[in-house]
Amino acid sequence: MSSVKLVGVVLVSHSAKLADGLAELVRELGGDQVPVIAAGGMDDGSLGTSYGRIEEAVREADQGAGVLLLGDLGSALLTVKTLLDEGVGKEARAVLADAPFVEGAVAAVVTASAGGDLEAVRAAAEEARLFRKL
Amino acid sequence: MSVEQRDADNPELNARFFLVWIGRIAEAIAEEKDRLTDLDAAIGDGDHGTNLNRGFTAVRAALEAKQPESPGAVLVTVGGTLISTVGGASGPLYGTVFRRMGKALGEAESVTVQDLAAAFEAGLEGLCKLGGANVGDKTMVDVFAPAVDAFKSAAGDGASAERSAFNLAADVAEAGARETIPRRARKGRASYLGERSEGHEDPGAASAALIWRALAQTAAAG
Repeated sequence: MSSVKLVGVVLVSHSAKLADGLAELVRELGGDQVPVIAAGGMDDGSLGTSYGRIEEAVREADQGAGVLLLGDLGSALLTVKTLLDEGVGKEARAVLADAPFVEGAVAAVVTASAGGDLEAVRAAAEEARLFRKL
Repeated sequence: MSVEQRDADNPELNARFFLVWIGRIAEAIAEEKDRLTDLDAAIGDGDHGTNLNRGFTAVRAALEAKQPESPGAVLVTVGGTLISTVGGASGPLYGTVFRRMGKALGEAESVTVQDLAAAFEAGLEGLCKLGGANVGDKTMVDVFAPAVDAFKSAAGDGASAERSAFNLAADVAEAGARETIPRRARKGRASYLGERSEGHEDPGAASAALIWRALAQTAAAG
């Protein structure tokens, strides 16, 4: 019996710790079924966004149902945009969400775990912009 | 293959010219690294010089390894390397500029000043599309847009004023960078500072001016 393929989530951050930490936090929400891949920091461990890491993360997150990327700051999104423009992740159907990093990731993983398709997962992440916390 | 007769006043725009230009940029970035970082510390996150230096160091290594044989190939290599090694916003931004320029120049072993002007236009278009900045937002676009315009006008349609196109563009670029000083940032990390970003030169504009001056120096030496 084939299992349902879930949308994967890639977390792009300037900080490896931030990306790893957020991944750890949201993985539980996905019941460990949703591929949540952290792509933070540069290869030498310094702060920054690494094209190579993101590319690799997209591959790892791809189960065949699409991949949603989230970024921490504007420059992370620029790197992802450039990467996607170059055609990286085209087969994996990788798309970038315009969403808050933490709240968007939570919304994305929860929606993905419920079997949401790529569009639903992206929409959920982007709706997180509207959430009030207090 | 016969060597074209070149006007002594005009540099031949072959792969070597572009390699020299990029080498000058890398040197200028290395020299000005601290100044760029200080500008970025004032209104950004203090890593512009460091990031660009890392990027251009990687560029030098990549060019050394690949030995590209056409202007287009040189710039595509530069762009691709910057995108993947700079780490900050200027990586994808400059990376896209150089990559688009390289693609526009194609595989010709030698290009004309008009070709270069068209390539710069393509680069600028890519820059604006990716970053979404307009002139006046206090970014590298405040340098690139007027410099590309000046270069294009001066390059004209093949008149003998070609060499001065490079100097003119560099002067316009440097003026553009100075003009960012009083502006309020509307893009990038500096935009979080609002009013406090006024009174400081934008670091991206500063590095962009270096790029144009390096080009003029390369043309003058050529």
